[in-house]
Amino acid sequence: MRRVSSQQDAEEFRLSLRMEANRRSRRLAQGMELGVKSLSNHLLGCLAITALLLDPSNLWGSESPSIFDPATPQATSIRSLFWLVILITGVIFVGVEGLLAFFLYEYSRKKSDPNAEPAQVYGSIPIEVAWTAVPTLIVFVIVMIVVRIEYEVKADAETIPANSIPLRIRVVGHQWWWEYNYFEYDGKPLSMTTANELVIPVGEEGVARPIMLTLESADVCHSYWVPRLSGKTDLIPGRVNELWFETKLAGDYVGQCAEYCGTQHANMLLHVRAVSPDEFEKWLSDQASPAADDPAVAEGKKVFLSETCVNCHTVQGTPAKGRVGPDLTHLMSRHTIAAGMISNTPENLRDWIHDPQDIKPGCLMPAFRLESSKMDLLVKYLGSLK
Amino acid sequence: MNSSHHAEHANSLTEPHRVGMLSFLVSEVAFFGTLLAVYIAYIGQTTTGPKPDVLSLPLAILGTVFLVASSFTVHFADHALKLAKPFWFRGWWLLTIIFGAMFLVVTAIEWKGLIEEHGLTIATNIFGTTYYTVVGFHAAHLTVGLLAMLIILGLECSGQLTGKNAIGAELVSWYWHFVDGVWIFVFTIVYLIGR
Amino acid sequence: MQSAIVDNSTETRMATKPPWTVYLHDYITTVDHKKIGILYILMALVFLVIGGVEAILIRWQLFWPRADIIPPKLFNQLFTMHGTTMVFFVGMPILIGLGNYFVPLMIGARDMAFPRLNSLGFWATFLGGMIVYFSFLAGDPPDVGWFAYAPLTEKTFSRGIGTDCWATGLLVSGVGTIAGGVNFIATIVGLRAPGMTIGKVPFFVWTILWTSAQIVLAIPPLSAALIMVLLDRHLGAHFFDPQTGGSAYLWQHLFWFFGHPEVYILILPAFGMISEVIPVFSRKVLFGYEFMAAATMGIAFISLGVWAHHMFTVGMSRPMEIGFAASSLLVSIPTGIKMFNWLATMQGGKIRMDSPMLFACGFLGVFVFGGLTGVMLAAVPIDWQVSDSYFVVAHFHTVLIGGTLFATFAGLHYWYPKMTGRMLNERLAKWQFWILLIGFLLTFGPMHISGILGMPRRIYTYPPDRGWDIWNQVATIGALIQAPSFVLFLVNVIGSRWWGKPAGNNPWNAWTLEWATSSPPPAYNFNEVPVVRSRRPLWDLQHPEDPDWKYEGEHA
Repeated sequence: MRRVSSQQDAEEFRLSLRMEANRRSRRLAQGMELGVKSLSNHLLGCLAITALLLDPSNLWGSESPSIFDPATPQATSIRSLFWLVILITGVIFVGVEGLLAFFLYEYSRKKSDPNAEPAQVYGSIPIEVAWTAVPTLIVFVIVMIVVRIEYEVKADAETIPANSIPLRIRVVGHQWWWEYNYFEYDGKPLSMTTANELVIPVGEEGVARPIMLTLESADVCHSYWVPRLSGKTDLIPGRVNELWFETKLAGDYVGQCAEYCGTQHANMLLHVRAVSPDEFEKWLSDQASPAADDPAVAEGKKVFLSETCVNCHTVQGTPAKGRVGPDLTHLMSRHTIAAGMISNTPENLRDWIHDPQDIKPGCLMPAFRLESSKMDLLVKYLGSLK
Repeated sequence: MNSSHHAEHANSLTEPHRVGMLSFLVSEVAFFGTLLAVYIAYIGQTTTGPKPDVLSLPLAILGTVFLVASSFTVHFADHALKLAKPFWFRGWWLLTIIFGAMFLVVTAIEWKGLIEEHGLTIATNIFGTTYYTVVGFHAAHLTVGLLAMLIILGLECSGQLTGKNAIGAELVSWYWHFVDGVWIFVFTIVYLIGR
Repeated sequence: MQSAIVDNSTETRMATKPPWTVYLHDYITTVDHKKIGILYILMALVFLVIGGVEAILIRWQLFWPRADIIPPKLFNQLFTMHGTTMVFFVGMPILIGLGNYFVPLMIGARDMAFPRLNSLGFWATFLGGMIVYFSFLAGDPPDVGWFAYAPLTEKTFSRGIGTDCWATGLLVSGVGTIAGGVNFIATIVGLRAPGMTIGKVPFFVWTILWTSAQIVLAIPPLSAALIMVLLDRHLGAHFFDPQTGGSAYLWQHLFWFFGHPEVYILILPAFGMISEVIPVFSRKVLFGYEFMAAATMGIAFISLGVWAHHMFTVGMSRPMEIGFAASSLLVSIPTGIKMFNWLATMQGGKIRMDSPMLFACGFLGVFVFGGLTGVMLAAVPIDWQVSDSYFVVAHFHTVLIGGTLFATFAGLHYWYPKMTGRMLNERLAKWQFWILLIGFLLTFGPMHISGILGMPRRIYTYPPDRGWDIWNQVATIGALIQAPSFVLFLVNVIGSRWWGKPAGNNPWNAWTLEWATSSPPPAYNFNEVPVVRSRRPLWDLQHPEDPDWKYEGEHA
């Protein structure tokens, strides 16, 4: 459901990009519409404030990748810790603000003789000791809980459930897209590469399917953050980091790069699709097969191979072996292009290849501006890469 | 009133010039501490090009001897100044300057060898990067120290190292001791541990 | 004698009216700590306006999802310059400026220990700011973020002059800051009035002393790291280039080893000003001075050992993460002690709600919130979620605006009469306070929520289906509400300079030495160096029957 609406919005966005003439007014109208829509939504949400207190995700909506709407045991542990700390600090907050308000009311100068100075109190050692000792105790308790959750959540051989079928994936951050190398599932080696959309299997009763991510970077620092699945972990060039989670809830999870990584940091979006094990295995075997080679689009393939596309992109089974940009072998199995920015339709693909800078200014793919007939052939070819 | 107030701690550690010099030296410790921490972090990380074994230990020891000797001579010079023995001050002070200059000469010889024989520059590899940065910044501080000592010598010879200038020689000698102290750490880390 | 000097410094000079160039020349060549202090404050206010405009532009772009008012690269340049400006050219200069003006006055000295070094410190800071902003003229402001994570700063990823201006500017202004720190330490240790032992200095002076200690220890590592960046960029060194053996991770350690003490450099003097204002306007002595002093030292020391809590997402080992979480949580203990002591000072007092006290109460009310979200961020697993999100943006703006800025306004409103001889307009000041407070809450309250909803910081736009738009819209409206409060402040500061009510020597009936001299003070500050027996020398004068020195240190 969410994906559809996201595509519609993206569609509208793309459309407005095309219409240079009334671009500004359209944007304003569209934005206002969105603003009014969400404002009324949120006003309704505010009315249901009691519901909010019971479950904040009611107000914040299932649309948002809220950290209070976890879909994994790891993110759930973090949420409980967050609630606990909110409770502790909330009590302190109310206490301090209450005292402040009370003192301001009670000791206001107007209420007493304004001329005489009040009694001077220089301090009190017992009181100082008391308000040093109590916070120290609180800090001690919080540290103990942090240690516990830290052991529960962080990637470690011991934290992986016993009866599990792990999926191991190497994630490589690029300016500004994600590369996924699936290299092991259920103990069997894999060798397939995809980009930007991560497809994972859900676990079932008694069988966990932990997703073990190995995080690396090809250029600058990035950070992997899908809030409903887990906390973030950075991808730092020269280091190898690890992140893991498991979920039993099928669905789409969104997130994005969380460490500033240059011009298009904002459009380095993450999509994770958790599907049933059967569906996952089918997807996996599709992905592992070589690229479709449809004679009907042979002309388009020729265009693809003769242009500089091959310097950066790979299509398995063809001479195209570039590693700079996303692997296009099964491009049509993905729902979005441009790292999640726009939906994967022939028109979008066409506009993107024509001039990516118009859609994602600063991105590293140059404008091709092919003549129309060539472009038709090329888009048809790409459309055959199912 | 203020001046008498000052006079009362003219010889104490709370005299503002001394406090100022000390806090400046603390900031310098933080600076070199950072450079040396980075050097240590990169020990053994060099994969291509010359490695630390190209460094010449005998040359480094020679330089160290000059610097350690200069720390003694600068102390004697400062002491002589306090005892109002200008001749001895000038002698020891000049000797300090010569030792310091000799150290720079030794460094120059070492760098010439590294560049010409081993082709090691700051851009060669991570060893070259960290080595030239650490040793270079130390040498730069030493050069500043030499200039300061020449100025003090000039002041003394023209009879102006009196009154409020008198503390200058002491402060420069502190700086000099600091630069020598840094070298002991550089020598230990670069030439003994990292080599 | 004293009144003759007052005449000389205000009425007579105004009557003769020399041309403005005389004043300009006077200020540019001055080595007087008060004029240098004013230069620092003016510089900070100018940069505050610039940084504020940058913030408004950022908020404007984020009002609608997928808006394209500001192109991505410019947006990145704006938030880089906003952060750099506010930390290095607003926060530090305004605090150092206030320190410059008031530390010598409060300890009964005639000037800073090294007046010419003081001048050098200001002009280096100023030059640093000019170098950083020169990048705009060169057409390429830096876009690496204010903590400039490697290898974004390497030539490969940042070809233009922006990063060079950024690194060089901070290096130069760092020299100025270190000079200021050294000068403060020498002044406070060496130039106190007779009888003012180090345990009897006004609390603001004490906090400036420890801020200076942090400056001296934390700025040089930044300088070293910036030099390494410049060596990488211009001499082909490899410090932060992972392709050739350098380490991107090391930069993070170096930067935050400076970066965390930096935020305490920005907050300790704020604590100092609050500790001056609350007692005077509650008409009570500061509760638990010794404990407050110890807490300040505690914060200064602990702050050197917490830096890696900015790096909980880089994949450190468990012991490192738990250690840095514990040390970071420890900071809340001395900070809590301060909070409680301020409240205890108000308890039983006769509180006078003049503008300085209003800002001080705003500080208390807001800062406690920022402190408590800091506790959340120190709990590592929570940080894995909210680190680098808008929750963090909300947190540090709450402590820097709610903390440093509110306290600075408290200090400026408190000391303006001393600096100019005239009172600020109370009505304007109160409008300024309430507009600022409301705008502030509207701007940064919603950011906590957008962060929790998964919005990362430093994104120039966001998809429309995330549920973030409403919170961004409220934040932008809040920023627009804040803006006029700064205009009101500037109008008040400029207008009151000529039309404000004459202040007299001690308009607030305060107790520290700066109020013993005329307003503004003469060039030599004091005709006679005062002799001090307690922490509140003017209280002792006003209450000879019940002086402080009888009680200090005996409250067990």
